[in-house]
Amino acid sequence: MTNKILLLVEQPHLKKEPPQFSVGDTVDVATRIIEGEKERIQIFSGIVIMKKGSGTNEMFTVRRIVNNEGVERVFPLHSPFISRVTVKRSGESRRAKLFYLRGRVGKATRLTEKRKVTKKEDGTKGTDKPELAATAT
Amino acid sequence: MTPALLGTKVGMTRVYDEKGSVVPVTVVQAGPCHVTQVKTVENDGYSAVQLGFNDCKPKHSTFALMGHTAKASLGPKRHFREIRLNEETTLAAGAQVGVELFSDVQYVDVIGTSKGKGFAGVMKRHHFGGQCASHGTERKHRSPGSIASRATWRGQSGKPKKGVRMAGHMGMDSVTTRNHPLVKIDKENHLLLIKGALPGPNGGLLFVRKAVTAKVKVVES
Repeated sequence: MTNKILLLVEQPHLKKEPPQFSVGDTVDVATRIIEGEKERIQIFSGIVIMKKGSGTNEMFTVRRIVNNEGVERVFPLHSPFISRVTVKRSGESRRAKLFYLRGRVGKATRLTEKRKVTKKEDGTKGTDKPELAATAT
Repeated sequence: MTPALLGTKVGMTRVYDEKGSVVPVTVVQAGPCHVTQVKTVENDGYSAVQLGFNDCKPKHSTFALMGHTAKASLGPKRHFREIRLNEETTLAAGAQVGVELFSDVQYVDVIGTSKGKGFAGVMKRHHFGGQCASHGTERKHRSPGSIASRATWRGQSGKPKKGVRMAGHMGMDSVTTRNHPLVKIDKENHLLLIKGALPGPNGGLLFVRKAVTAKVKVVES
């Protein structure tokens, strides 16, 4: 989106620190669910197979297998109902949309884990996200 | 003054309301408009204000219009619209009005010009069903079918009735969409966030007014 006025309108509705993850990552998406008065958190975990849109319109799709049946959920990235997204595993993917995973079952759905380039350096071992700058070089 | 302004459509986006649900909104850059003329009962037989919107270069205006705006000590304006009022207004010619007019408005009507569709067939223009895809239909799949018989108007010649829906020019019509909830007002940037889609292309001229028929929701305090 290039319109400056629309960016201005969307600005207060965007998360200040949007969750960082990329396509191919295995994530836990914590969604706030309001049942009457009570509020609880439900976690949906699976592989991010696509991200699309920009601004408040940014969405991501998470796919997982439940009872041998593929389930996909689409989440708005900036929704207040998405309380957090934690990356469990970073899979390597050469494409932006992993629709080819839909035709696969069992072991074939796995992605090779991203190699952490910063492993040799100190203190970075525990981070979920590999250094993007380092992988680019 | 009755809340009413001229504006341009910026585009659509989505925002979150206080519950966290998504609201699709159209952003309208409304005003600031200037009062170019005040009509009174004694002078004109009815009371109204004329609003001018969007400054333009003199070469895009006419001498007549420039003289008209100069009476209100304003420069040339691109768009004008008159707003009928029930009571006399306190506004003088030359006064500036903006989105603050809408501060206690919940629903708005929007008038715009729809996108031109060119010469359109009956399926697109009037939502006809068209003809069969098969069963011997040849080159007639989107045609209207019969428009008249030999005795359409009994006793007269077999002409089609007046007003039979046919193919023709579609779009570029004045369209009024009513009772849009007004989501937010941005006084600083002269913006109105109006729920739902509005007629016309982005950048098109819109006339926004307080809804005429909408029921006003009473907010419990």
